[in-house]
Amino acid sequence: MAIFGARRVLWRSFSTISSHPLRVCIVGSGPAGFYTAEKILKTHQGSQVDIIDRLPTPYGLVRSGVAPDHPETKNVINQFSRVAQNGRCSFMGNVALGYSISLVELRELYHVVVLAYGAESDRVVGIPGEDLKGVHSAREFVWWYNGHPDGRNLDPDLKNTDTAVILGQGNVALDVARILLRPTSELAITDIASHALTALEQSSIRKVYLVGRRGPVQAACTAKELREVLGIKDLYIHIKETDLKITPADEEEMKNSRIHRRIYELLSKAATAGPSQPSSGQRELHFVFFRQPDRFLESYDKKGYVSGVHLEKTTLKGIGSGKQIAIGTGQFENLSCGIVLKSIGYKSVPVDDLPFDNQKGVVPNVKGRVLSDNSGDPTSIENGLYVCGWLKRGPTGIIATNLYCAEETVASLSEDLELGVLASTTRLPKLGRDGLLQILDNRNVRVVPFSAWERIDKEEKRLGSLRNKPREKLTSWEELLKVAGSE
Amino acid sequence: MSCREVDIGVCQEQDLDKGIADNASDLRSVGFHFQRIISELFPRSFSLFFNVFGQVELLPETRAFFQGAIFQKHHDFSTLGSNNTSRGGDEQKETISVTFVSKDGEEIPIQVPIGTSMLEAAHQNDMELEGACEGSLACSTCHVIVMDMEHYNKLEEPSDEENDMLDLAFGLTETSRLGCQIIARPELDGIRLAIPAATRNFAVDGYVAKPH
Repeated sequence: MAIFGARRVLWRSFSTISSHPLRVCIVGSGPAGFYTAEKILKTHQGSQVDIIDRLPTPYGLVRSGVAPDHPETKNVINQFSRVAQNGRCSFMGNVALGYSISLVELRELYHVVVLAYGAESDRVVGIPGEDLKGVHSAREFVWWYNGHPDGRNLDPDLKNTDTAVILGQGNVALDVARILLRPTSELAITDIASHALTALEQSSIRKVYLVGRRGPVQAACTAKELREVLGIKDLYIHIKETDLKITPADEEEMKNSRIHRRIYELLSKAATAGPSQPSSGQRELHFVFFRQPDRFLESYDKKGYVSGVHLEKTTLKGIGSGKQIAIGTGQFENLSCGIVLKSIGYKSVPVDDLPFDNQKGVVPNVKGRVLSDNSGDPTSIENGLYVCGWLKRGPTGIIATNLYCAEETVASLSEDLELGVLASTTRLPKLGRDGLLQILDNRNVRVVPFSAWERIDKEEKRLGSLRNKPREKLTSWEELLKVAGSE
Repeated sequence: MSCREVDIGVCQEQDLDKGIADNASDLRSVGFHFQRIISELFPRSFSLFFNVFGQVELLPETRAFFQGAIFQKHHDFSTLGSNNTSRGGDEQKETISVTFVSKDGEEIPIQVPIGTSMLEAAHQNDMELEGACEGSLACSTCHVIVMDMEHYNKLEEPSDEENDMLDLAFGLTETSRLGCQIIARPELDGIRLAIPAATRNFAVDGYVAKPH
């Protein structure tokens, strides 16, 4: 939202204190990157902001994470598009940090570098059988149905089984369940990737299990998504009534959290609302609570393929400050299935010369200022290097969370500029955009500017209009770069 | 001020939120042409929002309005839609007084036409109220706090959908609502709305992990 009624002139003239325009490079063009760019452009009127992304297409998870049947959630793209069209902002797609250009080089070219490249990997469960065929991460599955060029070859087998098990009960898990269970006629008019639509139309999956380690009070999903999945037409919902029993500790948790209260209410209602048995041929969604995966089971007939999950029953234990964790009880059971989707969290990927906390999967920082090591010593700061979004906070939150995250990071940046912390660099001119483009040109990197993304956008919409879809995504690197490069 | 720097969108009328668009690209090209003309003539006094994914269906009279509006004297687009069809070309609209209190505590009194949402009103007056999903109940960024119980009680109960989004709002209070769901009515005259200061509430230690 580029609102220029700015009443706060406090930081506005700052970049004129140094006689060189502030040059900023933001790595990552998802919500964290764009909200950061917007704030910097507004707060520092002379600044030049470049946003690089390894994909030719911008918007990060708004494009590749938000489910195809949630188009309103993607409306924020309009706001981001206006930021990219600002004369002082330049989007550069197909530029990969660590491959096309190094972090050290970027810090040399720009006064300020903000890393906002999110989390492109997964938490692993860490149990035997995790590499059996048919065990996928939900992230990859989401990339696949959202047409991410790196998700195209996932080729999940939806025809060998009628049962899918999803580990996790957050919103991503619910998205995956919904995409597997929704009538494909409803998906056909969304921007779902056509290879995924075809596979779903041929899918034999009729039962989906959403498995959580803890109980309904601790479920990580939110009301809108839960309401939606419970409301799917002609879907049999199963929730064990005994799982709905709550303890005083649960009550305490709900007392402090509106979200959890409302989720519990929705689940309780759903448990008793419908029929106690599915009708013949009806699709089924089962919420399984208090079960943690112990190992994945291998099929006897098809070596190397998953045939089920060995689950351990859990019980909850309080660990202080109102939090309860799941601990195993030593009782086990098997859940048969032909495909497993692990939806237990994303994980960030480090790059060279970047301090990284492997345990938490984030860049060590204080309010967005990158620290030189994991010791937590707030005095060892990497000047001019900032972080925002999941790379800063871990992979939680919604799109709007990045709004506040960006506010915090940019406030740190502005404070550093004001206090002269960055004076040693801001005193010097930096090559910025021109320098970066020169290096990339020397390396034969085909930069995709915003205008080229607009060509891709236009083509996708055109192809979509032929099939009554808002867009038909181009899902391969070749197609994307070809359309980007065409006149 | 150049065209690019002016905040431009399309008025978010409730009527606009229905259905799937056809002729979306026609509309868009009319809209963009229109936007450019308007922004050069009337740089900052109002905003228009387009949903460029074409999920918006404009009523024929609305489309005609866009095409004809350049000739209309009064450019407050919030009068679009069925609320005022009886007025025809009447340019005097009923408004109510609304006071926004910004994050810094600054009080901004404005006049809001009946039928306009508080989100639209904030944008029309260049106020810093985010609207990521552009009024479609898919986010919580237009969260406002109604500053007195009397006016809060005059509002209709939030729908399940609004409550679902309020669950996720930062700094939620007893009198919080989404700005896009508060529509100006005569009974709300004098309402005061605070825009929450986000950074104060961000990343409080011990906060339960937020969903995504």
